Amino acid sequence: MGAKVWKTFVYTIIYLAMIILAVTCMIPLVLTLVNATRTGAEISRSFTFIPGDALQENWEIVSNYFNLFLGFWNSLKLAVPVTILSGYFSTLTAFALAVYKFKGRDIIFYVIVVFMMIPGQLSLLGFYNLVFQLKMIDSYVPLIVPSIAASGTVFFLRQYFLSILPMSLLEAGRIDGAKEWYMFHRIAIPIVTPAIATMSIGAFIGSWNSYLMPMLLLNTPKKFPLPVMLSTLSASKDMAKNQGAKYLAVSISIIPVVIAFCFFSKYIISSISAGSVKE
Amino acid sequence: MSDKKAASKKSSKLQAYNRVGYLMVAPFVIVFLIFSVYPVFRTLQISFSTYKGFGPMTFVGFTNYARVIKDKFFWTALFNTLRIWIPNIILQLGLAFLLTMVFSDVKYRFRGLPFFRAVYYIPNIIAVTSIAFMFTTLLDWQHGSVNVGLHQMFPNYVPIDWLGKKETAPYVVSVISAWQWFGNSFIMLMAGVQGINRDYFEASAIDGANRWVQFAKITMPLLKPIFLYVSITSFIGGLQMFDMPFLMFGDTGAPFGSTMTMIMYLYKYGFVIKPKQVGYAGAIAYVLFILILIVSIIQFKLMNPKED
Repeated sequence: MGAKVWKTFVYTIIYLAMIILAVTCMIPLVLTLVNATRTGAEISRSFTFIPGDALQENWEIVSNYFNLFLGFWNSLKLAVPVTILSGYFSTLTAFALAVYKFKGRDIIFYVIVVFMMIPGQLSLLGFYNLVFQLKMIDSYVPLIVPSIAASGTVFFLRQYFLSILPMSLLEAGRIDGAKEWYMFHRIAIPIVTPAIATMSIGAFIGSWNSYLMPMLLLNTPKKFPLPVMLSTLSASKDMAKNQGAKYLAVSISIIPVVIAFCFFSKYIISSISAGSVKE
Repeated sequence: MSDKKAASKKSSKLQAYNRVGYLMVAPFVIVFLIFSVYPVFRTLQISFSTYKGFGPMTFVGFTNYARVIKDKFFWTALFNTLRIWIPNIILQLGLAFLLTMVFSDVKYRFRGLPFFRAVYYIPNIIAVTSIAFMFTTLLDWQHGSVNVGLHQMFPNYVPIDWLGKKETAPYVVSVISAWQWFGNSFIMLMAGVQGINRDYFEASAIDGANRWVQFAKITMPLLKPIFLYVSITSFIGGLQMFDMPFLMFGDTGAPFGSTMTMIMYLYKYGFVIKPKQVGYAGAIAYVLFILILIVSIIQFKLMNPKED
């Protein structure tokens, strides 16, 4: 009897703690959404989770600062090509590294592993300098093209190919006279589609959220993706008046990722798990 | 004879299809050399010069490096970074570890792992820009919802200027970072636990081991490589902290430079001050890299005393 009471007690306490933690994760987001519907004066005066009716008003204030649709569109123009390029070329490279025996293959693989461990700040200045020399400042090219060489994704997909792709299938294809490229597109890609999806979602979110590189490389406000556009808003310090509008801008930038997460959380979580078990 | 001929024909055919490999890795290799390998060496080259971002490079040997070592603001930036990172990592890994303990418990078998895992991870998918912006607004001294709410609950509460005081500002960054990353660490640790063979637990239960012993003798040792992986990646990430303090406190690391991290310091010389001192910034980058390398090796040795 006592043991049973104790067990119920433990369950209650721990579930309660976990729920509180879950609420802590959501409160700032919920508060942001709620505050997006209230005026700056209301927010300064009282704290509540009940939505107000100033959504329209806040939207008009935001629109005076910048065009959020344009920021959205710019973010898409970056994230979509990045996702496609990194998905296709990483799969292609990983396939070649896993399947074919050619000179230099192992060297390429070791260099990939070494560069995965080198922190980004070592390339920051050199990368900026390179873009400067190529006269590509204020262009989307240096933000998109490097995704062809996503070494982490290649590493992950290579391991995946080695564990899942039966070489006998390729042998059989060769006997039937299939071309290597044909086999890559028709046999290899379908087999690793779940892994590609996992990595692509990561690539998309990474590009959608990235701040430092676009901030450094782009000068024209009309080209700014959402995060860079949003950061220019913090320059305006008139808190009391525009607070609601600020929350609305943040809400608009958050909603698409949260919706995407609701659909793809399984893939996202499996990509993180894969990262930790990969050695 | 004909066998040999057939064999050589077969091997030449083998080589023939292997050659496709070159073509397939070519785009990767070209882009990788230009955009990943070259910049790293270019930074190294710049770090030995007085380069200002344009014009000629004058090479000055290790002058920049000597200057970094003697620069007390560099060490202050290192101190600031650690002051943000240490509370952050304790909170982040501590929470992740507790949650892993809860969900790997063999007796109570808590439910709802997929749900909690997803909710705990949500802060991590939101852009740092949005998070920084959200918390600067929420934590505003006079108008922010946090102080307004606290005042509503406790009428005697004197509003704390969370972001304006050097006693609180760095720790605000620590807590927000931990909030953003503990779900990620939890997923990694949990993936490690799920990879442990169930037989170990059953066998040890037959031998009379209780769950605390199982946790200490089975789960913990098998989880160690992942714990190491998570802590090293978090350390490397932590030392490179830039976006959050930069977006919340600006390029001066207000208040009183207490949130000026090492990458912000590098950024200052490489991009902010006029004329730029890119050469010096390059030296900062490499000194930082060496520090990260040394600490990672020590961390690795500490966690794996017997190996190697």
